[in-house]
Amino acid sequence: MNTQKPLLQMKQIHKRFPGVKALTNVSLRLFPGEVHALMGENGAGKSTLIKVLTGVYSIDEGVVEMEGVQVSMQSPLESQAAGISTVYQEVNLCPNLTVAENIFIGREPRRFGRILWKEMNKRAQTLLSERLNLHIDVTEPLYMYSVAVQQLIAIARALNISAKVLILDEPTSSLDKNEVQQLFRVIEKLKRDGLAILFVTHFLDQMYEISERVTILRNGEFIGEYMAKELPRLDLVLKMIGKELNLLEQLPQLVEDHEASANETLVTAEGLGRKGAIEPFDLSIRRGEVVGLAGLLGSGRTETARLFFGADKPDSGTLTFADGGSGVQTPRDAINHRIAFCSENRKTEGIIGDLSVRENIILALQAKQGMFRTISRKQQEQYADEYIRMLNINPPNPEHLIKNLSGGNQQKVLLARWLLTSPQLFILDEPTRGIDIGAKAEIQKLVLSLSRQGMSFLFISSELEEVLRVSDRVAILRDRHKVTELTDTNMSQQQIMQAIAGG
Amino acid sequence: MSKIYKHHLFWPLCVLAALLLFNLLYSPDFFSITMHDGHLYGSLIDILNFGAPLMLVAIGMTLVVATKGIDLSVGSIVAISGAIACLTISKGTDQNALGLVTFSILLAVGLSIILGAWNGLLVSVAGIQPIIATLILMVAGRGIAQLVTDGQIITVTSTSYSYIGSGSLATLPFSIFVVAIALVIALLLTRKTSLGLFIESVGCNPTASRMAGIRATVVIFAVYIFCGVCAGVAGLLLSSNVSSADGNNAGLWYELDAILAVVIGGTSLNGGRFYLAGTVIGALIIQTLTTTIYMIGVPPEITLVVKAFVVLAVCLIQSETFRSSIVYRRHKRQDTMKKEVARRVS
Amino acid sequence: MSLNRKYIPIVVTIMLFLVMFAVGSFRYTGFFSFQVLMNLLIDNAFLLITAVGMSFVILSGGIDLSVGSIIALSTMISASLVQQHGWSPAIVIPLVLMMGAGFGSAMGAIIHYFKIQPFIVTLAGMFMARGLCYVISIDTITIDHPFYTTMAQTKIPLPGGNSLSISAVIALIVVVIAIYVAHYTRFGRNVYALGGNEQSSLLMGLPVARTKILVYTLSGFCSALAGVVFTFYMLSGYGLHAVGFELDTIAAVVIGGTLLTGGVGYLLGTFFGVMIQGIIQTIISFEGTLSSWWTKIAIGLLLFVFILLQRMLSAKRSAQKQV
Repeated sequence: MNTQKPLLQMKQIHKRFPGVKALTNVSLRLFPGEVHALMGENGAGKSTLIKVLTGVYSIDEGVVEMEGVQVSMQSPLESQAAGISTVYQEVNLCPNLTVAENIFIGREPRRFGRILWKEMNKRAQTLLSERLNLHIDVTEPLYMYSVAVQQLIAIARALNISAKVLILDEPTSSLDKNEVQQLFRVIEKLKRDGLAILFVTHFLDQMYEISERVTILRNGEFIGEYMAKELPRLDLVLKMIGKELNLLEQLPQLVEDHEASANETLVTAEGLGRKGAIEPFDLSIRRGEVVGLAGLLGSGRTETARLFFGADKPDSGTLTFADGGSGVQTPRDAINHRIAFCSENRKTEGIIGDLSVRENIILALQAKQGMFRTISRKQQEQYADEYIRMLNINPPNPEHLIKNLSGGNQQKVLLARWLLTSPQLFILDEPTRGIDIGAKAEIQKLVLSLSRQGMSFLFISSELEEVLRVSDRVAILRDRHKVTELTDTNMSQQQIMQAIAGG
Repeated sequence: MSKIYKHHLFWPLCVLAALLLFNLLYSPDFFSITMHDGHLYGSLIDILNFGAPLMLVAIGMTLVVATKGIDLSVGSIVAISGAIACLTISKGTDQNALGLVTFSILLAVGLSIILGAWNGLLVSVAGIQPIIATLILMVAGRGIAQLVTDGQIITVTSTSYSYIGSGSLATLPFSIFVVAIALVIALLLTRKTSLGLFIESVGCNPTASRMAGIRATVVIFAVYIFCGVCAGVAGLLLSSNVSSADGNNAGLWYELDAILAVVIGGTSLNGGRFYLAGTVIGALIIQTLTTTIYMIGVPPEITLVVKAFVVLAVCLIQSETFRSSIVYRRHKRQDTMKKEVARRVS
Repeated sequence: MSLNRKYIPIVVTIMLFLVMFAVGSFRYTGFFSFQVLMNLLIDNAFLLITAVGMSFVILSGGIDLSVGSIIALSTMISASLVQQHGWSPAIVIPLVLMMGAGFGSAMGAIIHYFKIQPFIVTLAGMFMARGLCYVISIDTITIDHPFYTTMAQTKIPLPGGNSLSISAVIALIVVVIAIYVAHYTRFGRNVYALGGNEQSSLLMGLPVARTKILVYTLSGFCSALAGVVFTFYMLSGYGLHAVGFELDTIAAVVIGGTLLTGGVGYLLGTFFGVMIQGIIQTIISFEGTLSSWWTKIAIGLLLFVFILLQRMLSAKRSAQKQV
């Protein structure tokens, strides 16, 4: 057991943004020679906490102490000077520069202002081979190497700034198994060197494999600090999702019994997969069935949805449709097979911000019909009015720019866009995230009633009770694998939770 | 009433009105229009007539800019088109033959389509940044125009051809009708078919457009072709007006003036919403400005300085950073720096 | 060490130059001589100087359309002050250089602080500088100050009866300094980093604002210096000098193997890019029957080939990353 004093301590941190409490009373202790995992679902406050720690955000209340001395973190440079370095998920280096330069740029060894390339390359070589066991040619440009190696180089840069605290922000998200192991060997070594490492991840297995201690956040609140060994998986998941076991069984039974299992299969995925996104899986969806996808953030839920819609091209497997068609390579293919998809990234992949509600509603139908079969203005207005009324979109003005609507109303407009194309299969990725309770219930009801009319759904949500409430069947994903499927008879939050936690 | 200020044409119209007003005060007979042999004459008619090629090019450029693109090659296309038409006519035995003139016009327009398609291909299929892709034709096109004219000025004596650029129809210069037709076609294409919706959609959010099933490649390809045709027709107007083709100088600076007209008209260089009427007014503003400067006796080249300020002013107004820096002027610089870092990190 | 992919464009450029020189030497008598090479330098000294400044701008991920106009403005200011106001060149030349640098840094500051595309800001700069020429005078001002005529006529003898002009020597010095700055100073490396990934540069704590503004300052300075050299060459100041020159400059940089999206390229490549443009002109003049516009067509063609080559290399690059 570690009886040392913490190297870095954050006490009672509060951070507010206009209208939002991003962090409430959060504490964090990092010990030298330890890996400390930071876990939480979307909106838990992980990234805000990291930004506070790296000096990007200033804190409203609370204290940060480094080796017992209070420090102020007003800018990224101050934080760096205090010995805190961060390696982000997307490698923040310059791909066009050499490996050595990426490690040293801004602090190159110089004589009379002249950069000493030989010296720099030699130091880079030594640093990489001695501290990270990485033997590569440091004079090659960075883009020649895989993301995994780039990440190690980013770590080398951090070490070179004589970091005492190393923050690894979801470093494994784009790595394969071997690369993760390579990274973990480096982390073990750094641990022995006495660094304090904050490891942000959403992979449970990886957390248990490497971490001593774990801090859990939820909705900007501090849930607790635990020793990893003493925290069972199920408890961890419960704490992240925010449920107590004994409360689980009281499920509001919204779904009246509905037999979708007798209907014909609409679409079947066989061995569908994409490297680095989701391992090959089988999944079939019947007509009028709501299939839920449950799993933690980063478990491959969204990636699965994107393969069904052709937003990403699969590297393996097939999609077969009931009508005999097969294969979906692009969104257009999917739309022609009458598949619709509401992405979780409303802003970047959903709304066209500068266009009106009306234009956003008819966009997909118009694209499907082609350029010259234009929907008349009158017809457009009819559609817009119809859906504004049906989905209760507010303000009920079809000429309002969509970027000025609230998140919930934007979501409804996107639903309207796709409903107008009368899809057979509607993929909803986090359709209720960031929207108010009322709108949430409306969307859930809509899914249920449409499924009774024969529309199939693939429903993704981080909120388990929501998935349970609307789904006839739930597919569980963990660490980019489809682990199991649960149907009505054995579907309870506890079972789902256990399947998600695994192990 | 307050809605008037927010209308996208409000400010461009104000500028145009102010310019005209200045002219009126400076020379009271500025607005006078007289009739000679069934033609109308006057400064206003001149502005419309001389501004016609620019309006045409700017209309095409508007659609390109709306897709978040840019076409630097329009000036060269103007030169090539005029050169080809004049060369074809000058080779004919009877320069006035309608068949020959029609053929030469079709040839020039056809060539413009090909040049536009070339740009469209590089941008939409090869995926090269628009500014870089169209730079190629901007450089090479000028050479091609000179090649066609053999570095000389080709003069034609065809009255049928000169009708396009300097003839008049129903007392008005014919070129105005050409612009009107182009504008109507553009409006029909973009407002009666859904091309306009797709252009705005692709320009505003390419990813979301792809997800909604829009074929961005086709849309982008189409706008570059349209822009090429507009530039080609502008080249015909320009060369027909002076009955000659000058491969060296025809259409020089047109790309910049056209971009300027588009920006003044309220279309953002960041793509999205586009305003064809605004563009036409923008082009008129530029032409009026040139006329004004001529009239008050300042060397016309000094228009450039004024243009520089206009470009800068319009862009500063469109720049979010600039607007917010005015709003938050009181805040310390460090604050903005931090915000900046935060914006980039998140 | 095997040939690194990063050297492909520059190797292509140098090979192209050598092939063109070889072809010219076989085809035309009198082409294969040291003096032809020297003449390339003499005739393109100002292009070389401007292209050096432009290389830094493009390497940083920007573009500078104002170079031609700044050259014209420099010739105009020099001519006006020396001829019409009787100032000494010893004052005028530093003044012109400062003007160029100041002009560039103003554009850089607007680009950085207001986040407006470099294309549009330098376009405004181009209009501005060109317009200011005409504010000074609409006509050509001939320079007959002894200093300028001496600079124009002095030939520096080289072994073998060859010679170089002073302008060419200045251009060579600029290239050598630029190579040193690009590869051996922090500023140079920051420019590359900025062109590689601006956001990363910021996160790595590099002085992004300073670097960006300095890059445009440097380009403005180089243009002004090119303008001074241009006066040695033309012995006049004129608002129509160097019209469309920005295109030649950009073309030279791209043909020199620099990636237009920034971050990749070499100053040595720019040197050969300029030489290729020069040799195209030389070949065309030796050919006799070919007219000058073939230069533009050839350069446009080369631009196309190089842009496509870069596009293919960068496509491979991103494919490689995923493996």
